[in-house]
Amino acid sequence: MPQRSAVLSPNADLTGGRTLLRLATAGSVDDGKSTLVGRLLFDTNSVLADTLDHVEQVSRRKGLNRTDLALLTDGLRAEREQGITIDVAYRYFATPARKFILADCPGHVQYTRNTVTGSSTADVIVLLVDARKGVVEQTRRHLAVASLLRVPHVVLVVNKIDLVNYSEDVFTDIATDFALMARSLGVLETRCIPVSATEGDNVVTRSHRTPWYEGPTVLGYLEDIDDTRLAVGAELRFPVQHVVRPQSAGRAPWAARAPEVNGDYRGYAGKIESGRVRPGDEVVVLPRGSRAVVEAIDTPDGPLDLAVAGQSVVIRLNTDVDVSRGDILAATDAPPAPIRDLNATVCWLAERKLTVGARVLVQHGTSITKAAVRSIEGALDLNFEAGTVPCWRPTAALTLNDIGRIRLALASPLPIDSYREHRATGAFIIVDDADGWTLGAGLAGPTPLTATTALTSKSEPHYLAQQGKGP
Amino acid sequence: MSTDQLRPLTELQALESESIHIIREVAATFASPIMLFSGGKDSVVMLHLAAKAFWPAPIPFGLLHVDTGHNFPEVLQFRDEAVDFYAASIKIAAVQNYIDDGRLRERPDGTRNPLQTLPLLDAITDGRHDAVFGGGRRDEERARAKERVFSMRDEFGQWEPRNQRPELWSLYNGRHLPGEHVRVFPLSNWTELDVWDYIAAEKINVPTIYYAHERAVTVRDGMWIAINEVTPARAGEVIEMRSVRYRTVGDMSCTAAVLSMASTVQDVITEVGLSQLTERGATRADDRLSEAAMEDRKREGYF
Repeated sequence: MPQRSAVLSPNADLTGGRTLLRLATAGSVDDGKSTLVGRLLFDTNSVLADTLDHVEQVSRRKGLNRTDLALLTDGLRAEREQGITIDVAYRYFATPARKFILADCPGHVQYTRNTVTGSSTADVIVLLVDARKGVVEQTRRHLAVASLLRVPHVVLVVNKIDLVNYSEDVFTDIATDFALMARSLGVLETRCIPVSATEGDNVVTRSHRTPWYEGPTVLGYLEDIDDTRLAVGAELRFPVQHVVRPQSAGRAPWAARAPEVNGDYRGYAGKIESGRVRPGDEVVVLPRGSRAVVEAIDTPDGPLDLAVAGQSVVIRLNTDVDVSRGDILAATDAPPAPIRDLNATVCWLAERKLTVGARVLVQHGTSITKAAVRSIEGALDLNFEAGTVPCWRPTAALTLNDIGRIRLALASPLPIDSYREHRATGAFIIVDDADGWTLGAGLAGPTPLTATTALTSKSEPHYLAQQGKGP
Repeated sequence: MSTDQLRPLTELQALESESIHIIREVAATFASPIMLFSGGKDSVVMLHLAAKAFWPAPIPFGLLHVDTGHNFPEVLQFRDEAVDFYAASIKIAAVQNYIDDGRLRERPDGTRNPLQTLPLLDAITDGRHDAVFGGGRRDEERARAKERVFSMRDEFGQWEPRNQRPELWSLYNGRHLPGEHVRVFPLSNWTELDVWDYIAAEKINVPTIYYAHERAVTVRDGMWIAINEVTPARAGEVIEMRSVRYRTVGDMSCTAAVLSMASTVQDVITEVGLSQLTERGATRADDRLSEAAMEDRKREGYF
């Protein structure tokens, strides 16, 4: 048992304190992903004595001569019995600087479904390779998914570096391969870190066995990522969740701390998905297109002079425009045009197939509308060669784990962004109208895979992609 | 506020906003939501978030407490005070009524936690509730680590861990068939320490037994058990007056205390930060029954 040091809580109040980072992990079988995650939990003191006790017992029962940190992430009984991970699991660890929410995505079963799910909310994706094997097909697929989902940061953990004698040459070769592949897939920001999760090298503590490596440890890298620019820097998108019209008089005792409001109060509750807003800003109400000026940004903690992406607030407007749930308040600069003809990339997440003519529901922001599949223009072939980019092959249907290009006809117009510019409001899910199942994850607009962008323009038959380097 | 707000949200701001977003989505898309409320710290944080989510309007749904009949009196008193403080309404589903009329039988081990499932499912059915908020957190137990924020339940209230809907971005899908309902966990991404940090930051009241107090206790099965009418002393047990507090406030028959001098919220935060034991491992006898105890009970419709 390591000694635990006092972790004084850095969260004195709501506005002071540490920040939050969401990450997703992906790797193939036996890359040591569970061990890496176990190591992050263990070395940040996020594993408590009774849990560790249990893991030590199980390790002994299995005849291991060391504590198998991978066991820390065992979840469901079926997974323990079969020794595999079935579903995305969420883990939590923290340092004084930051709290981390980790979506642990299993590598082998339904890899696309799980990686897409984990990547959808991730600020950073942590990919693993075995130093003895280097970049493999699974790495390419995971990187393609990360690129598709526009995960802002990608880090490659070159694990088991101890098993190649901490060789700089091996690491450099893998890092070079990876950088090339990342560039061809349109991923700009990548980093590689030599690690032994079993031995603890460069996960939380810097290793003296890799003196040739001068970059950060995995945890150091995660602590230093700047995650403000993307969401806050974009234009305002505020999907309205409900209209606030308090009709009852009187305040609950708890609300004595909150500002007083008058009887004809009318505000719009929601979470800012991107950008920022200030009182006095002009906004456009989508899909109708009417305009108004923000009168105030209200919270029970008092009015705000500024609210940014991620914040749940109530916005009041200066005029009585018609606003209801499902509408989006957006910046007047280049708001998305409401469309009924939706071109999108979809990740198919269900056993049942998607075929042309299918009737589905599209859930976007806070609205939901009926839709029909007009055409399926191709499925992404993720079995691509090293040094090339994935291409689209013609297909009549999408099946589980397929990534396809489709055209949907919408029953009512949606003000949907291009996913490449706005992750939150360019995303939608496809829902089964009959039983409510979540069938697919949709990314609106041209495919976010940069390398294949040109293939989706109207003038070209997008499914006739050529093998080879993309434009 | 000035431009320095352009730094990212803090952890607590981000968690609060995420939970409020979830609670508002449920109120807007379900016909008859209800929120479980036990008076425990997680449920009072959830109630506080609900109040903030709809301010300046009142909370648009009621609360439900499944009362095992073995609750700490301090917690029941707090429950009623909190209901008034947040101007909420509450329904009580009493396990005792089920035992009295024979629908449920007392277990040989005396614990009533597993008996909560039937009154809970009946209350959901009778009230035609299509969404039920629970204060569960993913860090509590390993079966919970894989649970969705919107978690589907079939008409028998069962959870099917191998067949969960993918949950992407912040697009929560609550569509369901008649007879099914959705359990919603707005605190999914909170840890025990986050809950206490938020209690401190927001000055939220919690039951007094979360703070250190003198109590007659004995060591049983490696845990500090309070001696009272639900858990009387057994032959040969040594009863001591010790300074203790509770980390969870479940059924008295299976909730143990921890030795503690933490009498303020700051003391508790320091203690939780230092603690060597997980919340449930330290104090919940019911989760120690088997490796898959929680998973089994969740499958059957328990929270």
